[in-house]
Amino acid sequence: MRLAGLMAPGAFWLFVFFFVPLLIMAGISFLSRDRLGFPTPPLTLQNYWEIVRDIRFAPSISLAGGLTIRLFEGLYLELFWRSIWLSLLSTLITLFIAFPVALFMARLPSRYRNLALFLVMIPFWTNFLVRTYALQFMLRGNGPINTLLSALGLEPIDLLFTPAAIMLGLVYGNLPFMILPLYTSLEKFDWTMIEAANDLGADMLRAFQRVMLPLISPGLLAGSILTFVPAIGSYITVELMGGGRTNLIGYAIAQQFSASVNWPFGSAMSLLMMIIVTFRCGALLPQRSRGISQRSLRRRGRTWLRMSS
Amino acid sequence: MASDVILIGERSEIKPRPRKESRGIGLGRFALVTITFFTFAFLYVPIAILIAFSFNSARTGATWQSFSLQWYERVFSNARILEAAANSLIVATLATIGSVIIGTLMAMAMERYQFRAKLAWDALLYLPVIVPEIVMGISLLIFFAAINLSRGIVTLVISHIAFCMPFVYLTMRARLADFDKSLEEAAQDLGADEWTTFRRITLPLLMPGIISSALLAFTLSLDDFVISFFVTGVGSQTLPVYIWGQIRRGITPEINAISTLMLLLSIALVIITQLIQRRQRA
Repeated sequence: MRLAGLMAPGAFWLFVFFFVPLLIMAGISFLSRDRLGFPTPPLTLQNYWEIVRDIRFAPSISLAGGLTIRLFEGLYLELFWRSIWLSLLSTLITLFIAFPVALFMARLPSRYRNLALFLVMIPFWTNFLVRTYALQFMLRGNGPINTLLSALGLEPIDLLFTPAAIMLGLVYGNLPFMILPLYTSLEKFDWTMIEAANDLGADMLRAFQRVMLPLISPGLLAGSILTFVPAIGSYITVELMGGGRTNLIGYAIAQQFSASVNWPFGSAMSLLMMIIVTFRCGALLPQRSRGISQRSLRRRGRTWLRMSS
Repeated sequence: MASDVILIGERSEIKPRPRKESRGIGLGRFALVTITFFTFAFLYVPIAILIAFSFNSARTGATWQSFSLQWYERVFSNARILEAAANSLIVATLATIGSVIIGTLMAMAMERYQFRAKLAWDALLYLPVIVPEIVMGISLLIFFAAINLSRGIVTLVISHIAFCMPFVYLTMRARLADFDKSLEEAAQDLGADEWTTFRRITLPLLMPGIISSALLAFTLSLDDFVISFFVTGVGSQTLPVYIWGQIRRGITPEINAISTLMLLLSIALVIITQLIQRRQRA
């Protein structure tokens, strides 16, 4: 069997070092914890109960920091909700900044285009930790910005350790991952199609919706996934930009495996987060009813290839 | 919807229209230029400041004192930093070799053979790309604890191969889709056996793709922090894990110097990739 020979190493690796660990993690989430926080029998639903235990119906409206309408309250409910909300918002902001940039790059003359591409490629390939550290270094209480402000006789400002700082860090960190796939799709977009749509009576909005959007959707999809998934699981950004004061799921999970050890509970939260992410990414997939076609996969493979080279 | 697009495309070929010049310096164009300029400034200012302050002699880093290379000297005389850098390079090299071989074979199997459950495999191979790093990190931590494998270089290499492989697979899959199979058939018609065909025809033709995916895997491995953080052992810290520890401990001007060096390495890798691309096209 030649096919089996080609498949075997990859299938083995993926199975043993990806799926089995995930299955063990899922299994552990139904175990109790021992005195040190490691998993031990008996089986229990305690870890999931812990997450939903304090959820109660408590409708409230507050005007602090914008209008907030809440129906339910609960420590972990709020943690999950905050994480999803913050990641979605950061993905949207990143998209709104990245789209004009990618559009501008795609319409540049090829000489400048390569230069612009090179300028996106460098942060794309630079270590995420190093870049987040650079941003934090700049915004620090005693960092360059505040030194400059006090030299000008102004009050120093507190820029770090707020949810807004986390948002800034996520947008900063993920921008190249959104610009590059969008650019890849826009670069090969045939602009005469927009003109053709206009000639046929479509206004700009309709031409964008019906012609451009379907054709750039692979890049849009790749960029959104590459931004949303790291955002919801973010650990570095939450620690460096948020100082650990605003907790997000990824950070909370990591803590169960380092600071306050509770492996079963951490596993339960991980499993829930994975379900959320898969669901969200699934919702983003176009032509969902048709399933994943060979062509769309190949197209996405090409998008990735062009981005990576 | 798709048929609409094709129709529109054909129509525009029949009746080409000169582009309206008015959109050249319009408000929209001005907005695009402004946004792009500020976005690049946003991306590069923190990096530029970091590089500048890596040459600052002051320990606190906030105020500029004088030009100095002392932090670079510190980096190169710090045994722990050098050890971490060596670990990173060893892990990245082994992970690259492993993931490129496994991923390329996988791509060949998926591209050339039809079999049952192929679609399911296709979807499964995408899963590692959309599972958050932190979940992969902790599940591997649990797994290595469960099989009693002590954490170190071995666990790092195993994990890095696992997360690099899908990216190699995706890259090679796209390359193989453009592969001209008739060249292989011609070689076999001329009497080459299967191994010779692979060695003399398939492999050289796939080489550009293999090099691209190797550079990709190498960079991914070198950059990884989250997964490494959970599967690393006491004596086997990689560079990002070491940097993390130092940042959390407080002010360490050496970190600015290491970061600048890592940045230079990334730039070098980007340039190498670009050069390879250009040579391929030529």
